[in-house]
Amino acid sequence: MTAFRILFLITFSVALLFAPIGQSNYIIYILCSWLIFSISAMGLNLTLGYAGQISLAQAAFMGIGAYVTALLTMAGMHWLVAVFCSISATFLIGLALGYPALRVQHHFLAFVTLAFNALVFLVLRNEEWLTGGSLGLVGIPRPVFGPFDTMKQLPFYYFTVVCFLVTAGAMAWMLHSPWGRAFKALRENPIRANSLGLNTTRMTLLAFAIGSSMAGLAGALQAPLVQFIEPGSFTLILSLKILLMVIVGGSGYFFGPILGAALVVLLPEMLRFTDGYYLIIYALLVLVVMIFSPQGLLGLGRKLLIAMKPRKERGDLKQGAQL
Amino acid sequence: MAELLQILISGLSSGAIYALAAVGFTLLWQASQTINFAQGEFVMLPAFFVLAGMTLFGLPLWAAILTAFVLSIVILGAMFKKLVVEPMLPHGTMPLVIATIALGLLMKESVKEFYSAQGQPFPSLFPQHVMNVFGASVSVQDLCNLAVAFAAIIALQLFLQRTRTGRAMQATAQDPRVAEILGVDVKRMVMYTFLINGALAAIASILISPVYLAKFSNGETLGMIAFIAAIVGGFNQIRGALVGGLLIGVLDNLAAVYISAEYRTAIPLILLIVIIMVRPQGIMGTSEGRTV
Repeated sequence: MTAFRILFLITFSVALLFAPIGQSNYIIYILCSWLIFSISAMGLNLTLGYAGQISLAQAAFMGIGAYVTALLTMAGMHWLVAVFCSISATFLIGLALGYPALRVQHHFLAFVTLAFNALVFLVLRNEEWLTGGSLGLVGIPRPVFGPFDTMKQLPFYYFTVVCFLVTAGAMAWMLHSPWGRAFKALRENPIRANSLGLNTTRMTLLAFAIGSSMAGLAGALQAPLVQFIEPGSFTLILSLKILLMVIVGGSGYFFGPILGAALVVLLPEMLRFTDGYYLIIYALLVLVVMIFSPQGLLGLGRKLLIAMKPRKERGDLKQGAQL
Repeated sequence: MAELLQILISGLSSGAIYALAAVGFTLLWQASQTINFAQGEFVMLPAFFVLAGMTLFGLPLWAAILTAFVLSIVILGAMFKKLVVEPMLPHGTMPLVIATIALGLLMKESVKEFYSAQGQPFPSLFPQHVMNVFGASVSVQDLCNLAVAFAAIIALQLFLQRTRTGRAMQATAQDPRVAEILGVDVKRMVMYTFLINGALAAIASILISPVYLAKFSNGETLGMIAFIAAIVGGFNQIRGALVGGLLIGVLDNLAAVYISAEYRTAIPLILLIVIIMVRPQGIMGTSEGRTV
């Protein structure tokens, strides 16, 4: 880890600590939702950026996570128990969906997950006895940890920050572990990874399931944040938004989804003066980013950085070229 | 029995229109590995060209339809190819998938903001009355839609198989490198494919809008059904897309009547998941080679 990186991490953490101080409840709410979507987008980044599979079901997994947590906490269980159930449920469903679906890959997986997302929406809307139907669930309690009550907006923000940092830490650790390296190998060259003895199907499945369970965690945070959930919040549009977060930020970069989530969550606020044209401008921006930099914003940044830096030539290579 | 016949015919009629969108979708995939996530919006938009031509410029219906047809070929065919697909193809499928998703959103929101958020009644081309066939009431509109959609697909099939250009297009789809060596102008053939897709979308749009009203959000379901039809039938076959479209049209109508209206939309999705698991190359498709 370079000094620059450490400095950046420290500034980032300090900024997270001080960002909400003196802000209105609404701004803190926006910050919370940015962190929550960052978690979900990091999960998708694992599937998309590292394992190279398009999933359009991230919103469905967030929905499952949110409903499980909402139902359990409303039944009087502690949030910690509920979040554990949310994460395990989404992990298992991810495995169950991914196992058959990953036999077919890439665009086929995109379609299967797209269909899955639509199915989950239908179940959430139609099974009124469990999910409250299209009216949704109201009055989800916020977690209390002994003397630390997250009922107020500011404590809830710090609670979200802790969850975010723990997830980001776990993610960073995983990416540097042999697993993470296997994921990267999968993305760079699946044939070579396979011939080196990696079980590519199993690794892809694992990446998909872990990515899904991170969406489950995000959902488990979303439910107490908004304190109201309905099937309409977890439709395909949200899946596409999460996908855009990953792609626009830069898929395959650790900070890509975090930057992307900031853009997608904050952009509507910044473009508020344009009224209804927000989505039009947004779609145009995505098109432009895709046309000029398919690697996303961080990819663009890296390209510029490389272009500006004087190129260091390796002496041994130069020597070798002359032989 | 009469009821079943009625359901079958209206199912086939909407199925044939889905097939038009699905055929365009497979053509683009074959010619340039473009997965067009905006295909549903491509079918939504031409109806609004017609409406805009009639209300804003005072054109009669036939002239408006003709203009819409040309506009669709130019905008949804040529401009889509030149401005969106071409710059992105070298970077693989992923950025293109995202870009077409964004393009779909752009088209949908633009229609909503600049035309109307409400469903617009669309003039029907065919008489609205209902015929009595073996005790079943069959709408003439359904029969005409079925006939026009089939005529379009048969014409396309004849063009692809019987003309020199059509065969060159097939060669391009099968192996662009060999086609190029044999003297086929590959770039032009790919462009033709995009133009044909624009034309098919326009036909589908003009046929389906009188049935469902022209609305900015029509593309969501239409696009989904077109993908599903294409995959169920076989991603790399035109007749596969046709079979897929018809199958989904009929199943959808059967499900609405006999199973449950609530889970009606789930039927094509379940069909999709089952087909992908059991026979990923589709009912009519031949399997493509996979690297890993």
